[in-house]
Amino acid sequence: MDIMILINALPGAAAQGLIWGIMAIGVYITYRILDVADLTVDGSMCTGGAVFIMMMLNGSNVWVSMAAAFGAGMLSGLATGLFHTFMGIPAILSGILTQLGLWSVNLKIMGKANQAINVDKYDLLVSLRFIKNVPFYKNTILVVVLITVALILILYWFFGTELGCSLRATGCNDKMARAQGINTDFCRVLGLMISNGLVALSGSLLTQYQGFADINMGRGAIVIGLAAVIIGEAVFGKVFRNFGFKLLAVSFGSIIYYLVLQVVIWMGIDTDLLKLLSALVVAVFLAVPVWQERYFSKPVKKGGRS
Amino acid sequence: MLEIKNISKTFNPGTVNEKQALKGLALTLEDGDFVTVIGGNGAGKSTLLNAIAGTWKVDEGQILIDGLDVTRYPEHKRAAFLGRVFQDPMNGTAATMGIEENLALALRRGDKRTLKQGIGGAERKLYRDMLAKLGLGLENRLTSKVGLLSGGQRQALTLLMATLKKPKLLLLDEHTAALDPKTAAKVLETTENIVNQDHLTTLMITHNMKDAIHIGNRLIMMNNGRIIFDVKGEEKKKLTVEELLRKFAQASGEEFANDRMMLTN
Repeated sequence: MDIMILINALPGAAAQGLIWGIMAIGVYITYRILDVADLTVDGSMCTGGAVFIMMMLNGSNVWVSMAAAFGAGMLSGLATGLFHTFMGIPAILSGILTQLGLWSVNLKIMGKANQAINVDKYDLLVSLRFIKNVPFYKNTILVVVLITVALILILYWFFGTELGCSLRATGCNDKMARAQGINTDFCRVLGLMISNGLVALSGSLLTQYQGFADINMGRGAIVIGLAAVIIGEAVFGKVFRNFGFKLLAVSFGSIIYYLVLQVVIWMGIDTDLLKLLSALVVAVFLAVPVWQERYFSKPVKKGGRS
Repeated sequence: MLEIKNISKTFNPGTVNEKQALKGLALTLEDGDFVTVIGGNGAGKSTLLNAIAGTWKVDEGQILIDGLDVTRYPEHKRAAFLGRVFQDPMNGTAATMGIEENLALALRRGDKRTLKQGIGGAERKLYRDMLAKLGLGLENRLTSKVGLLSGGQRQALTLLMATLKKPKLLLLDEHTAALDPKTAAKVLETTENIVNQDHLTTLMITHNMKDAIHIGNRLIMMNNGRIIFDVKGEEKKKLTVEELLRKFAQASGEEFANDRMMLTN
């Protein structure tokens, strides 16, 4: 176990964590703000990558392609939103339906199960080749940090607007929201669209980073997103109270997740077991608040207060 | 003001749980009416309020607010005309949002939600003044999360939210029932102050017969999905609890034993 191997791998892990962190911020919007576990992300991650890579291969600008990926993600969110509101299907099932449908859509977009893009031939924004030995302004970590900060600022602004506040109210108490004249169905759809737009954007960045888009690239994304949200809250929850910082904590959570993953790989774990490990870790973290309530709350006083 | 024309509502039709909650109910409110609604459990009181609020659509009949037919309006669209306070203090506010954020949501009831800032700069002074009138010390806690407040505080805040933008009709669904007697009295007093000050047309469900008699200018008693007794003005003021109980037995033709406890409180 050569420690240098680990140290050399850490910047790459951090970059991946940052990219997945954008996806995790999308998950945060549905899971924490809208109070919906949206499984669309497993499909929309790849949709973003697929749209991006096909547009690039057909000669589009990198920014235009990323914007298109964002738009495609919003459309998948729209599909889930309409399944849920207009057709009255439970949110979790709506997400599963869209995710399944997106499998075919993604295949049709790419024409086959995967597509590669060469960073030497195309002008990409980020790449695993841009981690070391590049001018600092081309460094992938810096670029993704800047994109993340910009997104957080936009989201911070948006969730402070009248529209953003009505989204938060919908997630917190939809009965109250409707009593205050808020169209909760519209808010749910909009939230799902924004969330999946971010997920697809993250997918387009991941595609650039790894140099290919693959039909399986989003598998288990929801678990990674939840892990990032939970780790971020566990580590920074007490420190970060402001909404913008909470989003930042999600991004940090994702970075921590990938750094830990890298350490675990370095320690020589069978990589086939990684997904099982991730699932178990997330399950335990989700259980912690429940266990706290059930087993570690103050003991009930016998007889009570008279 | 409010015109309800023969509305009916059946829940779970065609199943063993079928329940005809409203049976051709008709009711007309004048501008400024403060109506208390009493009746036993399952009489259809809450169903009536939910029908007006549009929680679901009625099976038949028509609901007009200020001459406008809102029967087919969805709940959030009707909210433009209505202020609502629910029985459960948790229902009327968003716990994870601040006091001022909740008020700001309420101030925009019926307006289009835009990309303008959620709380305008000048609004905070208005909120502080309004909260100060409640006398609960909330005026200095504008940014506190509502989840930190007590049930009574939350209910008073909900009342303020329901009336911050003057509604055409205020719907109070046993909004003091979940509070301790002292807090309930305080919230009820605040209710009367606000309603009188703004001359709000109000429908208030209550389980307390004394309150029903002393508050407002009109009283309706419901049973089995219908209004069985409707009294207003001088006649209402002279009512006694005993008389109401007798009326109930008379009009409904039913024994009172079970409902008495609920009604007299």
